[in-house]
Amino acid sequence: MPRSLVPPEFLVHRDEGRCTKCKACIRQCGFGVHAEGPDDRISANDQRCVNCQRCVVMCPTGALKITANKEIGRENAYWSAERLREIWRQAESGGAILTSMGCDRNYPVYFDHLLLNASQVTNPSIDPLREPMEIRTFLGRKPEKLSIAGPPGEERLAGPLPPEVRLEMPVMFAAMSFGSISKNTVLALAKAAKRMGIMFNTGEGGMNPALGPFRDHMIVQVASGRFGVDSAYLEAGRIIEIKIGQGAKPGIGGHLPGEKVNAEIARTRGIPTGADAISPAPHHDIYSIEDLRQLIYTLKEATDYQKPVAVKIAAVHNVAAIASGIVRAGADIVVLDGLRGGTGAAPKMIRDHIGLPVELAIAVVDRRLREEGLREQVSLVAGGGIRSSADLLKVICLGADAAYLGTAALLALGCHLCQRCYTGKCSWGIATQDPSLTKRVDPEAGADRLVNLLTAWQHELKEFMGAMGINALESMRGNRLQLRGVGLPQNELDQLGVKQAGEAM
Amino acid sequence: MVCGVEEMAERRADDHQSYEGKIRIPSGCAVAGFINKTGERVNGRTIAEMMALMKERSNGLGAGYAAYGIYPDYRRAYAFHLILADHQTREEVEAILARNFRITEGHEIPVRRTGRNKKAPLLWRYFCDPLRLDRDSALDELLLATTMRINRLAPRASVMSCGQNLGVFKGVGDPEEIAEFYRIDQYHGYSWIGHGRFPTNTPGWWGGAHPFSLGEIAVVHNGELSSYGTNKSVLENFGYELSLRTDTEVMAYAIHHLRRQNMSWPMVAKVLAPPHWAELERMAEPERELAAALRRIYGGLLMNGPFSIIVAFQGGLMALNDRLKLRALVAGTSGTGLYLASEEAAIRQVCPRVEEVWPLPGGEALICCAEEESACHVA
Ligand code: SF4
Ligand code: SF4
Repeated sequence: MPRSLVPPEFLVHRDEGRCTKCKACIRQCGFGVHAEGPDDRISANDQRCVNCQRCVVMCPTGALKITANKEIGRENAYWSAERLREIWRQAESGGAILTSMGCDRNYPVYFDHLLLNASQVTNPSIDPLREPMEIRTFLGRKPEKLSIAGPPGEERLAGPLPPEVRLEMPVMFAAMSFGSISKNTVLALAKAAKRMGIMFNTGEGGMNPALGPFRDHMIVQVASGRFGVDSAYLEAGRIIEIKIGQGAKPGIGGHLPGEKVNAEIARTRGIPTGADAISPAPHHDIYSIEDLRQLIYTLKEATDYQKPVAVKIAAVHNVAAIASGIVRAGADIVVLDGLRGGTGAAPKMIRDHIGLPVELAIAVVDRRLREEGLREQVSLVAGGGIRSSADLLKVICLGADAAYLGTAALLALGCHLCQRCYTGKCSWGIATQDPSLTKRVDPEAGADRLVNLLTAWQHELKEFMGAMGINALESMRGNRLQLRGVGLPQNELDQLGVKQAGEAM
Repeated sequence: MVCGVEEMAERRADDHQSYEGKIRIPSGCAVAGFINKTGERVNGRTIAEMMALMKERSNGLGAGYAAYGIYPDYRRAYAFHLILADHQTREEVEAILARNFRITEGHEIPVRRTGRNKKAPLLWRYFCDPLRLDRDSALDELLLATTMRINRLAPRASVMSCGQNLGVFKGVGDPEEIAEFYRIDQYHGYSWIGHGRFPTNTPGWWGGAHPFSLGEIAVVHNGELSSYGTNKSVLENFGYELSLRTDTEVMAYAIHHLRRQNMSWPMVAKVLAPPHWAELERMAEPERELAAALRRIYGGLLMNGPFSIIVAFQGGLMALNDRLKLRALVAGTSGTGLYLASEEAAIRQVCPRVEEVWPLPGGEALICCAEEESACHVA
């Protein structure tokens, strides 16, 4: 085999003075970087290292350090090291470059150009430790007008309301299928969702029987592959989500390679063991909006109109008109997945060059739905790159009812963002089916970490709201006046519907 | 001509400097109101006296009054009270009115132009009948659309009020000045509300004063709404344009919207200041179910932030505080009279033998209907 021109991305440094040759690193690395040499020294194959930091964290003597291999030639501001590597790799492989997680390129991050408000003098701030601070929210279709029956003083609801789902805080775990992530990881998400009173999402992998106890907190996804979709599956969830697209790979289908399809995944998905699980780019029964309408109503019929139906799309340039069409087609919840949304596997060029930041997507969709008088009828969920309670609150101010967390949830479970989920070798036991790796995520301990993260965000959310003198989340949604832009040109401010910092209320 | 074109130009230049009407200016305030349950009509002097006592709470930069029952001779007509920059604007407004209404009478509201009120804008009153007599709800739509169309001309034009047997009188000045200016003592109403404003900025715009009114309701409000952005974005779904840029406009429109849906006043109050979820969970069915549904469907109209409001409607008054009771509001009764004010002293001033006085608890509405007038309830 000719010599590869692609230099290693990372360099493994071992402090020989500290290394006790315990071989922990050999066992820990999912990518087979460390090996014992004939002279019983432990050596590293830099070429394989993805900088997942597992060995560094686990080495009992702290002997390891990984650095980026920067000196690879005369890269410059235009021809960066990454571009050079891509070309050398493709010149050797002839294939599209695969990657994982979300777009990591240096596009503007609107979250980082938005500042929140606080009250002073004319409007007292509220201490969340002393006063109730309500962050509960609901998803589902709302009638424009409530029908009330009965004489004054004895009023009651005139009829049932459309189905709704209650969230104790405005977040949910985004769709991540069993197959793309391990069963233990799915279980950790499910347990945490139940404990926090929020929802998790099966992704398109079908429903594993182990999720039975968590049905009340489960969103079942119907994607183009229709894996594991039958009436029992639809009945099992509280919300049914039709996945049209995903922010990490708009317009692109999914592919779980056969080697990852073990017996359990095969059972859950309803396909033969070892067969490739292919989700086509489009749904083969949806070629326009009226087809989507049919699918929405098929799912509603199948579940007796007892479950809200969500439609998830990747945020693309025409997102406002598309979202308005989706609402008119009968969806109860519209999910917008932004440019930064993660994935188990995506072609790198697609991931990095298609889509719209979720901040803009939510802002323009919220505005369009308002202009058309539709906004109050449906729920809007933001996904794709929510990193903190501040991002969460900002996207709610821009018009979202709630947000999906994907990457942030995996990070809480130990993910180090190495972007190699597609290899199935995740050293952290998350994006893998290898039993020696998956056992690294303990569902109970993982749930604890997720609960901690969300509890911390709850505290921060309440502090933010208290500072603004607002004690109910309802009063944050679409409250753009609590936001100001810094360092954004006027047309971007206009798209976001936000005033320049310094402008008054 | 009482108000010259030149003066109006000057007025507009002032407006320009003051930003009022373009941005929201927070303010503190005094509010007051009373109603006679027998429907007996009372001279406007009383409300003016209540407001005068609370002068301390306003700073001379806005005051106003609203009364129900002041036009017994025109009780079926829709009385449009308008603030206009000049006669050219008045013609524009008349054209807008004429699209849906037959103007039976139009004239300047009688005022005393003295002192700094010499600079007051043109204040005009039209009594109108709808061209197409229709269902009540259709009339609501008509009044809403007409008001929105006129307010689009703001700050050149804005509607003070447009209800039946209802009139709003407001402007820049302290409560006594405004009462004097509009000759409030010439009017008799069965319910009155009043307002004195303490804006934290220099307003120069008459449209920014309270009460705010749309259709059958008029509101005086003390407080600031942190939920303004959300409330606005919800109301925009339903044809409301927030052109006057004050928190109270949002309050008035939210109430109008809920009433337009045939909601009873206790229900309206439950939307503006809903019970906390924890409280809600302790309620018995079917009350809980209804309260939860109200909160879920109309959550975006929850008024968040400190407020006390008094709403005048056909046949009654409603008073309400925010859920945390962050603004003062006191009620008092004497015989068939119900009095409301930011300060107890204002009640005692006009009703020394008040029988019972109590502060309104947070989030609990006080609703009082006049017996005589309750018959003409729109709902
Ligand atoms: S891939 Fe991870 S575990 Fe393996 S050497 Fe690199 S950092 Fe260490
Ligand atoms: S889940 Fe695992 S493979 Fe994927 S980015 Fe995180 S650490 Fe890497």
